[in-house]
Amino acid sequence: MKEFALIFRMSKHADAQPTPEQIQERTNWLASIAAQNKLVDKGNSLSATNATVVNNRTAITDGPYTEIKEFISGYVIIKTETLDEAVELAKANPIYKIGGSIEVREVVKLYNHER
Amino acid sequence: MSAGAKHELLPNLFRLEYSKMTAVLYRRFGLKHIEIAEDIVSDTFAIASANWAVNGIPENPVAWLYTVAKNKARDCLKHLNVVENHQKGTNPDDHDDGVHDFEFSHQHISDSQLAMIFAVCNPGISPEAQICLALQVLCGFSVETIANAFLAKAETIKKRLQRSRDDLRRDNFQISVLTQHEIMGRMDTVLKTLYLLFNEGYFSKTSYKQVQKELCLEAIRLTLLLTENALTNTPQANALLALFCFQSSRLDARVNSKGETIVYEQQDRKLWDKALTEKGNYYLVEACNGNETSKYHLEAAIAYWHTTLSDTNKWQHILQLYNQLIMIERSPVALLNRIFALAKVNGHASAITEAEKLKLTENSYYHELLGYLYAATDPAQAITHYDKAILLTKSSAEKKTLQKEIQQLRLKHPE
Repeated sequence: MKEFALIFRMSKHADAQPTPEQIQERTNWLASIAAQNKLVDKGNSLSATNATVVNNRTAITDGPYTEIKEFISGYVIIKTETLDEAVELAKANPIYKIGGSIEVREVVKLYNHER
Repeated sequence: MSAGAKHELLPNLFRLEYSKMTAVLYRRFGLKHIEIAEDIVSDTFAIASANWAVNGIPENPVAWLYTVAKNKARDCLKHLNVVENHQKGTNPDDHDDGVHDFEFSHQHISDSQLAMIFAVCNPGISPEAQICLALQVLCGFSVETIANAFLAKAETIKKRLQRSRDDLRRDNFQISVLTQHEIMGRMDTVLKTLYLLFNEGYFSKTSYKQVQKELCLEAIRLTLLLTENALTNTPQANALLALFCFQSSRLDARVNSKGETIVYEQQDRKLWDKALTEKGNYYLVEACNGNETSKYHLEAAIAYWHTTLSDTNKWQHILQLYNQLIMIERSPVALLNRIFALAKVNGHASAITEAEKLKLTENSYYHELLGYLYAATDPAQAITHYDKAILLTKSSAEKKTLQKEIQQLRLKHPE
């Protein structure tokens, strides 16, 4: 099994609160992954407003998405055999209904290099 | 007093007082001498039945029993002291360590029972053995009753008890004063054992209705002891008690006169015990003092929804609770119940897709659930799953129910 981080990206209204229905749909998706024993870490949602980007010691810019158009709204870590399988699980996430996207990245582990 | 009432009094008193008396005595004599405590209580009851048969039942039978037990215990302690002092070569007059401090007060009884719960729930003893031990030591059940509850041979239970009693004796657990440290170390095991004890009754293998009910009531009684003591009155203990109250409210409705299980949808709701659901509500509110969400909180909340009559969002709530529950404990029961809730919310087709991802192919309930989900749209597939469930289940009642389902499907869809 490999571990993959699913990184959620949103572009629209940073401060929009999800509706109860959206939360329910998202939880159903997350629980479905947990049900298949493929959830490693249910991760966290990341605030879009109480955030800042630190470039170096002196330059601090407001907002997490000044450099990139989209901001990262959260992440979870799952485990699957292949990247394709991880992508299949990501595809079922309801984020696409509200214009978001998901980046799927394998978690690099030390032993992967040692082998 | 009529002859019938007289006849009933002794066994009832025995059940009621046995566990109280032994708890106090176990605590006084220590876990090394549990047999002495039990012998004193048995002797006391033997004396009572002999004496009362001749002289009639005393005005206050309980006080009578306690006086006899107290005297016997004192004699026994004196004797033990003499022996121990002799072995150590000390003078018995040097330390008279509270031989006379025997109290059968309400407070002392509850403290002793609580201490014994923590003594029995030793993480070093297997959960199954802990339950047996709890039934014998904390609830005063006979070996035969325990064997009935587990559908096991009395001899098997006897052996299991003997082993765990040895463990109990060897354990250096301090029962005279229950400290915060000991409570913290064993609270999880205590809650788990009580949870299993309740389930042993509620989802019992035995068909003895009375035994099922008594197991549930004993689990409630012991959990109640936890909530009555400031040190053990935790949110999780309250959540567990709420769960038990909600589940027990349907005890009378879920079995018919022939001892057959009546499924939730077909139960006579007039038989649901309203007083118990109200108690459940009370303890659930108590459990929510704090930010903790344990598996007991989630199961209690699900059980709460099952006590409510139809609410448009009921199954949505239940589904969300199961979503959380499987992230805490991925048990097959929780996984399958989540699928059932999903079917109620999103329909059978999407539930089938989700269920088949679980691949619990060796689990009879998995096939039973798929049989149910396929029944309306694909009867042939449903029958295949029901057949597999029949092969996998060990319960003959279950086999019968499943065969009925298959028959009905064949009647509706001949060919």
